[in-house]
Amino acid sequence: MKITVYSPKSSSWILLLLTLSFLLTSSFAFQSDELLVDDEEFGLEGGSGSTPDVGSTIPARPSQPARKRSPDFSSGSDLDSKVQFTLEHAFGDSDFSPAGTFAARVKNSPHSGQTLTKLRFSRTDFTAADKDNFKKLLEADDFYRIRIPSNLLTSPGRDYVISSVKARCLPRHGLDEHIVIHMDGVNVLAVNYGSQGACQYPRHLKFPKRWLFNSHTVLKSGEQAPRTPVFSEETAVGENGEGEGVAPPERSFWAKYWMYLLPLGLIVMNAMTQAMNMPEEQQGGGQAGSQVQQRGQSAAVRRR
Amino acid sequence: MAMAIRIRVLLLFLFFLSLSHLTFSLYQDQVGLMDWHQQYIGKVKHAVFHTQKAGRKRVVVSTEENVIASLDLRRGEIFWRHVLGSNDTVNELDIALGKYVITLSSGGKYLRAWNLPDGQMIWESFLPGSTASRSILSIPTNLKVGKDDLILAYGSGSLYAVSSIDGEVLWTKDLASEGIDVQQLIHRHGSNIIYALGFIGSSHFATFEINAKNGELLKHDKVRFTGGFCGDISFLKSDTAVALDSTRSSLVSVRFRDGEISIEQVHISDLLLDSSGVAAILPYKLIEMVAVKVKEFIIFVKLTNEGKFVVVDQIDHTAIISDSLSILEDQQAIALIQHGDNKIQLTVKLVSDWSNHLIKETIYMDCQRGLAQRIFLNNYVRTDRSSGFRALIVMEDHSLLLVQQGEIVWSREDGLASIVEVTTSELPLEKDSVSVATVEHSLLEWLKGHVLKLKGTLMLANPDDIAAIQKLRVQSSEKSKMTRDHNGFRKLIIVLTRAGKLFALHTGDGQIVWSVLLNSLRKSQTCEAPNVLTLHQWQVPHHHALDENPSILVLGRCGPNLDSPGVYSIVDAYTGKELNSVGPFHSIVQIIPLPHTDSREQRLHLLIDKDWHAHLYPRSPEALAIFQREVGNIYWYSVEADNGILRGHAAKENCILQLPDEYCFGTRNLWSIVFPSESERIIATATRKLNEAVHTQAKVVADQDVMYKYISKNLLFIATVAPQAAGDIGSVTPDESWLVVYLVDTITGRILHRMTHYGSQGPVHAVVSENWVVYHYFNLRAHRYEMSVIEIYDQSRADNKDVLKLVLGKHNLTSAISAYTRTEVVTKQQSYFFSHSVKAISTTSTAKGITSKQLLIGTVGDQVLALDKRFLDPRRTLNPTQAEKEEGIIPLTDSLPIIPQSYVTHALKVEGLRGIVTVPAKLESTTLVFAHGVDLFFTRLAPSKTYDSLTEDFSYALLLITIVALVVAIFVTWILSERKELQEKWR
Repeated sequence: MKITVYSPKSSSWILLLLTLSFLLTSSFAFQSDELLVDDEEFGLEGGSGSTPDVGSTIPARPSQPARKRSPDFSSGSDLDSKVQFTLEHAFGDSDFSPAGTFAARVKNSPHSGQTLTKLRFSRTDFTAADKDNFKKLLEADDFYRIRIPSNLLTSPGRDYVISSVKARCLPRHGLDEHIVIHMDGVNVLAVNYGSQGACQYPRHLKFPKRWLFNSHTVLKSGEQAPRTPVFSEETAVGENGEGEGVAPPERSFWAKYWMYLLPLGLIVMNAMTQAMNMPEEQQGGGQAGSQVQQRGQSAAVRRR
Repeated sequence: MAMAIRIRVLLLFLFFLSLSHLTFSLYQDQVGLMDWHQQYIGKVKHAVFHTQKAGRKRVVVSTEENVIASLDLRRGEIFWRHVLGSNDTVNELDIALGKYVITLSSGGKYLRAWNLPDGQMIWESFLPGSTASRSILSIPTNLKVGKDDLILAYGSGSLYAVSSIDGEVLWTKDLASEGIDVQQLIHRHGSNIIYALGFIGSSHFATFEINAKNGELLKHDKVRFTGGFCGDISFLKSDTAVALDSTRSSLVSVRFRDGEISIEQVHISDLLLDSSGVAAILPYKLIEMVAVKVKEFIIFVKLTNEGKFVVVDQIDHTAIISDSLSILEDQQAIALIQHGDNKIQLTVKLVSDWSNHLIKETIYMDCQRGLAQRIFLNNYVRTDRSSGFRALIVMEDHSLLLVQQGEIVWSREDGLASIVEVTTSELPLEKDSVSVATVEHSLLEWLKGHVLKLKGTLMLANPDDIAAIQKLRVQSSEKSKMTRDHNGFRKLIIVLTRAGKLFALHTGDGQIVWSVLLNSLRKSQTCEAPNVLTLHQWQVPHHHALDENPSILVLGRCGPNLDSPGVYSIVDAYTGKELNSVGPFHSIVQIIPLPHTDSREQRLHLLIDKDWHAHLYPRSPEALAIFQREVGNIYWYSVEADNGILRGHAAKENCILQLPDEYCFGTRNLWSIVFPSESERIIATATRKLNEAVHTQAKVVADQDVMYKYISKNLLFIATVAPQAAGDIGSVTPDESWLVVYLVDTITGRILHRMTHYGSQGPVHAVVSENWVVYHYFNLRAHRYEMSVIEIYDQSRADNKDVLKLVLGKHNLTSAISAYTRTEVVTKQQSYFFSHSVKAISTTSTAKGITSKQLLIGTVGDQVLALDKRFLDPRRTLNPTQAEKEEGIIPLTDSLPIIPQSYVTHALKVEGLRGIVTVPAKLESTTLVFAHGVDLFFTRLAPSKTYDSLTEDFSYALLLITIVALVVAIFVTWILSERKELQEKWR
């Protein structure tokens, strides 16, 4: 077993970095929670639609039993059945071994077939061997891999869905993990495994303080594409006007005819000033004429 | 601060964009200025000459690209041409009544008549039937029912008699139900009986006599042959056939005369001393003779009147034989081609007089054309009344040649009709030495040109001048020079054809700069059935290795299966010389160009074989060192469309093989996505172009807000449909059909977005660029095609909007992004109706990615439509606010407009359109577009107009004259005013 010794300076740096990253990542975690709420809302809204959506966040501690949350939608239905499936993990290229169990209810609804609700996850602790393996992964910057069966009823289904993460992304205070399971009925399309927030690159070697998992699991199903808008009354306009030929809004009188009004106004102004200047000009003209005369005289005088 | 400036510049730019016209179009006299169009037909498989009593001598051909064309025999030009659908293969072709071209296609389902002079379709008959069989077209002379000349077509197990006047089916006779596999239809001159000859099972030969008037079955005979038939048969005369027995070791002669069938069998070893091995009857339509391939030889066998086989000749097996041609006095002529070094020998012989030959010509042949593959013979009467021959030869590279009097009269490069893959290469840099003579010459030309241009601009030009200007424009625009230009318009388009030939086309005028038939992709002892895969840029000299020529990597596979061994060649892009060819080696399942190059600018490639081993190329220690340094950051994915599984991989340590290979690496599966087989099937994937440039990460939206684009090179779009909806449109009801689209990050396998379109169906065509995907599919509920857009934005950078933070550097815009960071993304999406179906979809790409984008859509009419990306903006609303209008958001409509002026191909058609390739030019505003199918089309596009350069016909002389005149005028007026002032002062 190789033990890496750090100088206090570098460790303080890492501490600083960690706190920084923690500060940074805390906002991410919050945001991800928001998205989940979105998912849930969608599920509630689209209850009549053919893709029900279930989002649930279960912060699971290995020591305590999973907390029951979310109101029971399907309490009346007796078609529900319980299902359990295991999460398996592997260190680098090692074989997969059980690492936790998911428990959920399969809800049968006449509209959309079987769907999964109330997912609970209980993570088993790392054994000493697991810890050693994980440390080796951290040192080699290798992959920590997990898998779950692709069909929950006929486990493992066709194949396992696999996900992996660089082991160095996981340790924070404890071991943060975030599991997103993409479902289609009782089929698992994909599982995405990773840390809660950011995984900085380059990845620094860091061992967890506590060998405890802080797990978040999210169940996701796809959303339905919104319908293409149909404007039946406007299509006629759109077609003859090359698509964007929606009739321009009615413009004001001024906006329409300014090019005629402007010269007209100018002409009128011109005429008016001329009319007003007429008498003045006569006077001015007289003066000017006399001036010229005077100047002419003076010039004549000068010449003489 | 820089950010703010950039945003402002962007805003300004967007404002200008919104001012610019939406449409792209060009004027009539600009056609051909920067675009070119080439028409091809593909590899010829049938040819019928029409030379007698015709003013214009022509040959009608059908090709493997499902083209029917009439070619000018004098020059090889296309008189007319029709491209049938991609699954409407032409099976038979003939000329009826001297004025109709008759084609039988789709396995004998469609019989069509085309007018010989102009190619208009006269009639079309659908011949229904369900059993698959070979299709035979027979046009008997002087067989009439009433006034109609009959055309006999056999397809789908039934015999049809069709009127040649209007294509009406007069009668049908189902022969498949009688158990006969018809091989030939024979009609003897003057009789009313049609003989259908063929096999029943593998051991019976049968003749069916059918009344030509009403299709009544008069009589049928069959005879059993104990040895069994293998299926090869050749008909020598109207009453004799030669077949091979099931062991392919003896010839069987079948005579059917007066309702009696007699069979005789002769071992090939009796005919030929050294003939151990299997024989095959070559499928040439010979009369009175049969060509049999035995081992390394072709033997010609005749049948004497007594029923004895006689070997007439024995030639090398590489020889090519024509169908026999009847010439005067019922003589049959056959043409043979034998290959030599850089030449072919064409021999024409009479069947009745085999020892002499009518013609023996040696023709020098470019070795880049390969071996001859087909020959079609035609005769003509020479000036001295003797008979001459011309031959149409199809070569290994699918080119078509006409040979007459020992010379190649014309040739067509029809291999270009089947392009598999396209890439581009820069041209060499210009050398500075220019001789004086060319300058003097061009000075005069230049002056003349400018006088003409001036005339043109001042509207003084007469029609002749206009024509001259047009010609000058086309010629003098320097566009066909063999050197690099400042704007990057001149490039080499390097295309790989299905025949394994590599062509370099000049973007200026489409001329073939060089072509090379790759030896590694030719049929050889080690590589039996070569199959062209793809080509990649191998070496692009950029910084370090400027004195080296760029080179191209061409990959192929020896056989049709994924596990067949692979081959590769490296070809110099300037000269077309094959620098290196390797193989056959391990199988090639996937080719991954890595984003690393070695010191010679050779790109590293990973070839994945069927055992999931990754092989590194080039095999040099330097490349290995680079790879081992970067191995932690190399990921790839594979799509198993049949299994419905998507997997992500990474390389690990060297693989364990019998022979240690340090360039071979094992792989590990990092992630997988398993699509449920009962509800989803993968039908389309799309990724971003690797070399795409994105100018800015940020998008400024109307209310001075910034959205950050999620820009990742590892974005994969994947579309799945319900398995029952994988068929044709309309085969399922909307309720049982859905389309699911995914956006997947290919490093971690994270599904970024997943969305279901209920009641929709494929085929899906998609294009991914920057942070958006546009895809095209069919909406069954609305009975219309739709196009959807998904834009994906990065939320985790959204709080980088604070200017103070930007100033203080407290932002995460420059930090390295890890794919393992779970970035929050938001998607926006919108769907629009689009009235066309789509054959191909692509997007324009420019050097820096500043210019706005256009989608290039290959429409059902084989044209390329440019559609502004702004029409496919998910933020379009019914009533955009003033700010949004300024940004350039178009009010929401339910369907996308098809503006006739925005067809990039203007009046032309790119028949059989398969792909649209865009390449950025050096000039930011411009992108080069190459569309290929049966035809080729090239043009350059400026999606936001050429805002960064003046147009080519801009008259600099006029500008200069104007400036000079203005300066003179300023001086003159200044002097005048000075003078006047002086006078005023003196007064």
